Amino acid sequence: MTPRSRILHIALLVFAVTAPFVFPNYTVAISVLWMMVMFSLTWDTLGGQMGYNSLGNITFFGLGMYISAVTQIAIRYDVGKYTAAYGAIKVDFTPHQYYLGLGLGIALAALGCVIVAVILSWILFGLRGPYFAIGTLGVAIAAAELTAAWGYVGGGGGIAMPVFPGPPRERGLFFYAGFVLVAIVCYLFLRWLYGTRFGLALNAIRDDEDKAEALGLHTRRYKTVAWCTSAFFLGIAGALFGNMTGFIEPLEVAYPVLTFNIFMVAMPLLGGKGTLWGPILGAVLFDVLREATWTYLLGWQYVALGLLITVNVVYFQQGILGWVRAKKPEWFGVRVEDSNVKASPARSGA
Amino acid sequence: MWDNLQVLITAPVFNVQLLLNGITVGAVFALVGYGLALVWGVTSVKNLAQGDFVMMGGYIGYVLAKHGIHPILTLIPVAIIMFGFGWLCYLLVIKRVIQLDLFTSLLGTFGLALVLEQVLNLVFGGDVRTAHSGFGTIRMFHGMVTVTEIRLIALGLCALLAVGMALFMKKSRMGQAIRATAQDPRAARVLGVNTDLVYAFTFSINAAICGAAGVLISMIWVLQPYYGITYSVRAFVIVTAAGLGNLPGVILTALGLGVIEQYSGFILGAQIQQATVVSMLLIILVWRQLQLRRQRLALQ
Repeated sequence: MTPRSRILHIALLVFAVTAPFVFPNYTVAISVLWMMVMFSLTWDTLGGQMGYNSLGNITFFGLGMYISAVTQIAIRYDVGKYTAAYGAIKVDFTPHQYYLGLGLGIALAALGCVIVAVILSWILFGLRGPYFAIGTLGVAIAAAELTAAWGYVGGGGGIAMPVFPGPPRERGLFFYAGFVLVAIVCYLFLRWLYGTRFGLALNAIRDDEDKAEALGLHTRRYKTVAWCTSAFFLGIAGALFGNMTGFIEPLEVAYPVLTFNIFMVAMPLLGGKGTLWGPILGAVLFDVLREATWTYLLGWQYVALGLLITVNVVYFQQGILGWVRAKKPEWFGVRVEDSNVKASPARSGA
Repeated sequence: MWDNLQVLITAPVFNVQLLLNGITVGAVFALVGYGLALVWGVTSVKNLAQGDFVMMGGYIGYVLAKHGIHPILTLIPVAIIMFGFGWLCYLLVIKRVIQLDLFTSLLGTFGLALVLEQVLNLVFGGDVRTAHSGFGTIRMFHGMVTVTEIRLIALGLCALLAVGMALFMKKSRMGQAIRATAQDPRAARVLGVNTDLVYAFTFSINAAICGAAGVLISMIWVLQPYYGITYSVRAFVIVTAAGLGNLPGVILTALGLGVIEQYSGFILGAQIQQATVVSMLLIILVWRQLQLRRQRLALQ
């Protein structure tokens, strides 16, 4: 690790730890920022590194959210009765039950998402390019609609989540810590992953899948594992987010095909896909811009989002980091090795 | 669910109703699917804004109808306006994504779809709307089966448009240039076809077809800004199942899709309709995949 990248890492870590105390009123907003960083990173595993552009990663987010919700409720109540009552049941989880449910919920959400990712990969990974994108979009829409039509999990009415046993401030910090932790683990894991043979295999699939296969790579296996890592982190994110908002519902919270789902694609594209830091940079920029402008645009925010995506892909496809790399390769060359972006053979010495 | 299924078995006449509804709606899907196949084949751009062009055309027709023009007559001005709009989209977006990779075109048009959908939502609101054409209803089988006259008229208009398009592609100079470009853009350029113009024209004519389809939809069904994506998915279902440059296939799949949607809507409930369309897409994608695998095995 060179001094410059060490400073960057330490600065980010300091920000992550102190942010909820320096800006106590923005704890939830900064939690969402970390979630966005995770969204961006997990999308880029497939979209940037492997060249499989998914338009339906939100499926795992919503799935994780619902698996965790059902688990947490099932510990104490009959889920069907609970959801049928629309919050009329007086909910009283003891702290012990709550934490047990939450822990179990997150674990099962991650596990369930990985299992579903394996099943879906069997269906979807025969598709390439635009077919894969359309297929994943179809899966996301279908998941949202089917959840909305399924009465057992509350249908379109949603589920009121168990209440955190503690004061609101403590609750905010608790979930903030959860998001920061998962985002850091996600970053470190992907950073390590992209430096290994596995990362090279993903890049080979992106560059030419047929040739990679001809050279003896089991591309199917690599693609499935890559998708499972995305699903794993997204499932945890969904479980945490569901508990943080306190009320979940299929179309707007769990499977927001037009908001979070599109942000996932827009952020890495903005920052520069196929790099490790591009998605992070894109996520931070996008989320800060979104928080700053979203409420003042009065309904025009989605128009702005659509324009941003179109302009981004049509006129500025390489993203911010890609643009910097094209402008200042020598300056960037250092940075590539710094952050172990991809295929850097000098990694062991870094 | 089982009750509804039993209704179909004990009173077969309801099947006639569902078939009629399915075919009249499916004819409009065929137009949308044909437009997508045309653009896909010629420019290799996968237009995800297809459904939003339909909705936009429908809303323009709706506004014109509010100003006293009969909805059927709005077909012509709407087609002209949408042609111009398509040309504008081509110049701003499509022209630049043709040379780039396929996902870029998909995402670029997806951004376009998002913009159109939200602008429509801001201008017209989220309520469902219908343009009233003022025609009556035909009753058959002692009033058990009803079909509005406008649905039959729309069916006729769809057929007319399809025949017109087929003739245009076959006979006119531009149609021949389009077909030549679809076969081999480079050779077409060498032989003096202005392929840039052909691309622009193809995309615009697709927008015009979508606009016409939207006007028909506004008369026989409903308009809602967020329904656009469903039409895009339907168009993809049709094109993926039928393949490019296969007009009879497009028409058959579109009618079949319309009928399947009506049946699933009747048996499983209306709220499952969108899920049906996307499930159809997934089924067709998987089926295509299995087909490819069999082909690969046969080659080995």
